[in-house]
Amino acid sequence: MAVLQLEDITQEFGGLRALDLVNLAVDEQQIFGIIGPNGAGKTTLFNIITGIYRPTGGKVIFKDHLLNNMSPWNVARIGIGRTFQNIRLFNKLSVLDNVRVGSHGVGKSGFWGCILGLPGERREEKAIIEQTEKLLELVGLYDKRWEYADNLAYGEQRRLEIARAMALKPSLLLLDEPAAGMNSTEKTELMDLIWKIRNDMHLTILLVEHDMNLVMNICEEIAVLDYGRKIADGSPEEIKNDERVIQSYLGAEA
Amino acid sequence: MDALLSQYIDPYYLRILMLIGINIILALGLNLITGVTGQLSMGHAGFMSLGAYTSAILSMQLGCPFFLSLLAGAAMAALFGFFIGIPTLRLEGDYLAMVTIGFAEIIRVFFLNFEPGGKAVGMSGIPQNTTFLLVWTLVIIVVVLNAKLLNSRLGRAFYAIRENEIAAEASGINTTRLKVLAFTAGSFLAGLGGGLYAHYMYFIRPQDFGFMKSIELLNMVVLGGMGSIPGTILGSVILTLLPEMLRVVAEYRLLFYGALLVILMIFRPNGLLGDVRVYDIKKKFARKKVGSWQSSN
Repeated sequence: MAVLQLEDITQEFGGLRALDLVNLAVDEQQIFGIIGPNGAGKTTLFNIITGIYRPTGGKVIFKDHLLNNMSPWNVARIGIGRTFQNIRLFNKLSVLDNVRVGSHGVGKSGFWGCILGLPGERREEKAIIEQTEKLLELVGLYDKRWEYADNLAYGEQRRLEIARAMALKPSLLLLDEPAAGMNSTEKTELMDLIWKIRNDMHLTILLVEHDMNLVMNICEEIAVLDYGRKIADGSPEEIKNDERVIQSYLGAEA
Repeated sequence: MDALLSQYIDPYYLRILMLIGINIILALGLNLITGVTGQLSMGHAGFMSLGAYTSAILSMQLGCPFFLSLLAGAAMAALFGFFIGIPTLRLEGDYLAMVTIGFAEIIRVFFLNFEPGGKAVGMSGIPQNTTFLLVWTLVIIVVVLNAKLLNSRLGRAFYAIRENEIAAEASGINTTRLKVLAFTAGSFLAGLGGGLYAHYMYFIRPQDFGFMKSIELLNMVVLGGMGSIPGTILGSVILTLLPEMLRVVAEYRLLFYGALLVILMIFRPNGLLGDVRVYDIKKKFARKKVGSWQSSN
């Protein structure tokens, strides 16, 4: 059964049609990849799913919620976590706090609880710390937990973004170019991490990525966008051999 | 207590200590809005005057007990903060600064024409109920609660809004709601400080709460370090003392004051205590305990 379903999504910016009648269905616990040349509309698609843009036409359905008019924080609270293509961390907060902020959407403590340190708030804080430390161990940043986020290396920042998104306990994780700027060792580690997250925590993962090796290796299904249109959809094998994909994106000799 | 203190401390110094305490409360309110949540407010003195006038009118003309009028003044400022925050906090940066300046001006002009507040002459004969003990007890309470708030789910969300609003929303933070909350809480502290000020100074005039007062409070937050409680306290202490210490240079006072601020901003652009937070100091101790383990990594 599809967890996330996009039906005839269209997005227009002035006269420009960034997305044109795109249909997608992402199944539960699938690792789903979206590829395509620059400007094909991949990040726009992410911004529509997470409520940053309101689509001009079509429907976004997640489980039994219609996301079209939901605000970004609401989308996060129903269980969609995301990372950003151009890293957006809380630079002047510690690594630990970055992940703790990530759990905001699943927290309950209100103003009086926070200001007076009521018992419920204390219990919640303790649980958040435990969860945060586990997540930091998972992404290998536990030893750097007191560093400011902007002191981290590029690859580490990308992993921190994943940990922060995971703190929301999402059932769907959107990764926007998670491997950008990583070297090949880091990329291998990232692949292991994505697998691990999916297998251990039973998440559905939707990712945009340019690194073909990574996409072909970890994705179970791939959709290809070109000029805002979906030109192909299928298993990595099918995509590799699709005439139109080879022409527009992979290159003739591939 | 105050009678006892005045036997040992020169009244002039006692007065400065009182003003430092009141300024700490005012500046911590602004720190919550501008330093922590990153919403540039340049009209903090407007909220302060709401607290000052409300509490003064209540205790002088309606005979309210002091504590009740103090609380009512703070609540009045918070109420205005809330209703002004809802439409304006959707604005960003410069626009918000403009709106807050405008609001503070409206309040000032309102009190200039407000009969029960004595119009331009102001109010005098306000009972001097603000004691040294009260001010500094309130300072301690405000600092403790503030520190607790900033190291909690909501406090972290405030910082997150300042650091990156889009990422904050993607973490499930209802940014509009929390900005209004920070603005309301900060205005409450402005009103509280205003009430204390009115009941200490004996008399208040609309021009005591003008644009310059707002800027002075903003300077305390920026000089000490945006978002830092120890920084804001330090900034309040320095900027309350500085004009007093510069009295020797008489009419060149403001010149020196300005020059010092420029120099400080060149050498410490993040403020004196940068982003030092109470919780960061605690953290340093935590790090020391595991020092040997850390160096082996």
